[in-house]
Amino acid sequence: MCSQRIGNHTVKIETPVYLSYSGVVSGPKEGKGPLLGDYDEVKKDLKLGEKTFEKTERRMMEDACRLALSKGNYGKGDMDYFIAGDLLNQITVSGFCALQHPVPFLGIYGACANLVQGIGMAAMLVGGGYGEKVLTATSSHNCSAERQYRYPTEYGFQNPEWSQWTVTGAGAAVITSTIKAPRVTTVTLGEVVDTGIKETSGLGPAMAPAAAATMLFHFEELQLEPQYYDWIVTGDLGEYGRQLTLDLMERRGYYLEGVYSDCGTLIYYPHQQVGAGGSGCASSALVVLGHIYRRMKKGELNRVLVVATGAMHSPTSCFQGDSIPAVAHAISIENE
Amino acid sequence: MEYLTAFLVGGLFCVIGQLLFDLTNWTPGHVLTAFTVAGGLLGSVGLYDKLIEFAGAGASLPISSFGNALVNGAMAEAASNGVIGVLTGMFELTSTGITAAIIFGFLAAVIFNPRG
Repeated sequence: MCSQRIGNHTVKIETPVYLSYSGVVSGPKEGKGPLLGDYDEVKKDLKLGEKTFEKTERRMMEDACRLALSKGNYGKGDMDYFIAGDLLNQITVSGFCALQHPVPFLGIYGACANLVQGIGMAAMLVGGGYGEKVLTATSSHNCSAERQYRYPTEYGFQNPEWSQWTVTGAGAAVITSTIKAPRVTTVTLGEVVDTGIKETSGLGPAMAPAAAATMLFHFEELQLEPQYYDWIVTGDLGEYGRQLTLDLMERRGYYLEGVYSDCGTLIYYPHQQVGAGGSGCASSALVVLGHIYRRMKKGELNRVLVVATGAMHSPTSCFQGDSIPAVAHAISIENE
Repeated sequence: MEYLTAFLVGGLFCVIGQLLFDLTNWTPGHVLTAFTVAGGLLGSVGLYDKLIEFAGAGASLPISSFGNALVNGAMAEAASNGVIGVLTGMFELTSTGITAAIIFGFLAAVIFNPRG
């Protein structure tokens, strides 16, 4: 019946589905970090001459889409679907960006798990034969996210040391069944987990249990060991979330030390003062579609598991005293 | 000497604020309110004015001084006009600060646009 469905959370994409092209745009601070050479474009400032940070973020997502499409010589109307999500209320960045693309649009909200949720859905659409080529994009902007989730930027809020820094940037990917590139081989969609944590300035610890749960689903349902992969990355757990994930997995008998990193800890140098590391949709987008994708195309990495986590809270739910629910989704990307 | 006491007492206020911020999960709004209320409580028993005498601007500049002024204004009016004085006197001593905040806030809003 459902031959591609393995277990309750994982699907195997049997027909080849390729992550054919990627486009990555970073903000200025990210452009001073160690992964500078992996981004297609580094923006010089946080405004780009736009009137609001929201408009700037929109420009960044549009630029990432333009870069990804142009690498395959595609026009804006050439895709079968456009799947996008961001962090702002009612995912306006994605909605406005979709205005530029005259193709069917699916807006998604997995918070910082958007990248993997988008690629996963695209892979299932293409793998299931419901489309040939899908564009998926996500973005975050430090100033627009801080304003919405924490304090206005003018306020000059003093961040505690465990806080994380919202990454400015955008990533887009073209998923096709025809243009050979690293393959999306499996998709594991996670369940929402809430361990009662209420600390919002660093969401890593609240999301780590979701990351661990999804990894467990993935390994158990596919009967794999972590060492099957050259590299396992989580999206934006930061340093404390990374350690918590290592601990949680170790308790269940999976030893990730040596094969596991968190994207949020890779984007900045320590002197860039980002607390526990980067966060936001762009954290996984910059590292996965920039750094990892480039290394996979070179053959330096051949099997990578990406687990992106998203916090499903809103400022209102936090003000009303609710804790932070989190979800994690995973995709495996492998060279043929 | 008064510079030194102002510096030390003002600095002590900041240390308390930073500790509250680092050791609890309070937001800046909580710290601000706590300082105002604490100033009001100290003022109600007459201690805050003594602190201002000792430390000058070190005690009169922090927001706790605003709480003290609120309470002092209310108590002075209450003494002369009865309970209703609590309401009429609350902003007696603080009206300069509040009016300045409104006027300068207005001017800044006329000139600048908030972006973040």
